[in-house]
Amino acid sequence: MPRWFYQLASPRWCYGITGKLLPVFAVLAAVLLLGGTVWALLFAPADYQQGNSFRIIYIHVPSAILAQSCYMLMAIAGAIGLIWKMKVADMVAKSCAPIGASMALLALATGAIWGKPTWGSWWVWDARLTSMLILLFLYFGIMALHAAIEDATTAAQSTAVLALVGLVNIPIIKYSVEWWNTLHQPATFKLTERPAMPAEMWLPLLVMVLGFYCFFAVSLMLRLRHEILARERRAGWVRELVECR
Amino acid sequence: MTPKRKQRLVIVLAILVGVSVAVGLALFALSQNINLFYSPTQIAQGEAPRDTRIRAGGMVVEGSVLRASDSLQVRFELTDYAETVPVEFTGILPDLFREGQGIVAQGSLDNQGVFQAVEVLAKHDENYMPPEVAEALQASGKMPQPEAEVFNK
Repeated sequence: MPRWFYQLASPRWCYGITGKLLPVFAVLAAVLLLGGTVWALLFAPADYQQGNSFRIIYIHVPSAILAQSCYMLMAIAGAIGLIWKMKVADMVAKSCAPIGASMALLALATGAIWGKPTWGSWWVWDARLTSMLILLFLYFGIMALHAAIEDATTAAQSTAVLALVGLVNIPIIKYSVEWWNTLHQPATFKLTERPAMPAEMWLPLLVMVLGFYCFFAVSLMLRLRHEILARERRAGWVRELVECR
Repeated sequence: MTPKRKQRLVIVLAILVGVSVAVGLALFALSQNINLFYSPTQIAQGEAPRDTRIRAGGMVVEGSVLRASDSLQVRFELTDYAETVPVEFTGILPDLFREGQGIVAQGSLDNQGVFQAVEVLAKHDENYMPPEVAEALQASGKMPQPEAEVFNK
């Protein structure tokens, strides 16, 4: 194992490094999100069929991508916590859940707002929409389980197992539009093919996706630092930190 | 890795594999019920049940849309480029409804094999483009056409 992997296990080292990275990602997120929004809303061309209502993808797609990435990070961190009994991994997993839940909610809400004018319906029980709703409920379940168990170690273990069980939902969300007949359209972006969208439309989308990831990093680090201080409040270095203030 | 950690790693992997197999089998067993709609081929082959509420999905055949002059009734044909099914609907169609557009209709099959729809939803495809590009592609006849497999899985 490389040295940084062991360093990651130290709450104190993590607190220090996130303190240094936080402003960098905050500036990146602000610039990318602001620039991306202006580009997407003012300069990207309208769609030939949907007109301006298609612009909701600049929020919908990044939030849906992030809801799934965040779940994967949560499950991986949970597994590391289970196997190596690494406290920081447990804290990362716990910090992920509320962020992922809000992203899933945002994706579902923007999808419904777009669905009404485009499809003619707010909600359809097709495989993509339903599996995304299950993802939201998984996040809620994990947050509830964390709140229900008082002992931090037991709570982390139980939620990690739940997160791992729910991980099976991620490929189902991804491939639902390919495996079954759905109302939701198939992916516009595929690794092996050219995107079914011109560059002047997908470039701002790429900026927004990167911006969302930076925003995710910022909120995750803020939550993680809070979690580290709360869990390590009896440790010497935290007391020193508080007394210095 | 210590034996203890190795054991826990095996347990985690076992959970992942076990859940994947269980869910995979469940989805395989349910695969027909998860489809949102039947394709015209499935309806023509008698796979879709009669006298019960189902959904049918396909492309609206070019030149097949007939509107009644005195009511909101509309009649059109639905195709997946293999079979076609006639559809009747009375009501307001979504903005995206047009010939050559993918739609999903909810309703039931009557005895004449006509699909009596009570709701029509537009299915958007994965292609996005500015209006000028669409016009240019239309003029040169290179407009991307949705593939049959979109409606027939």
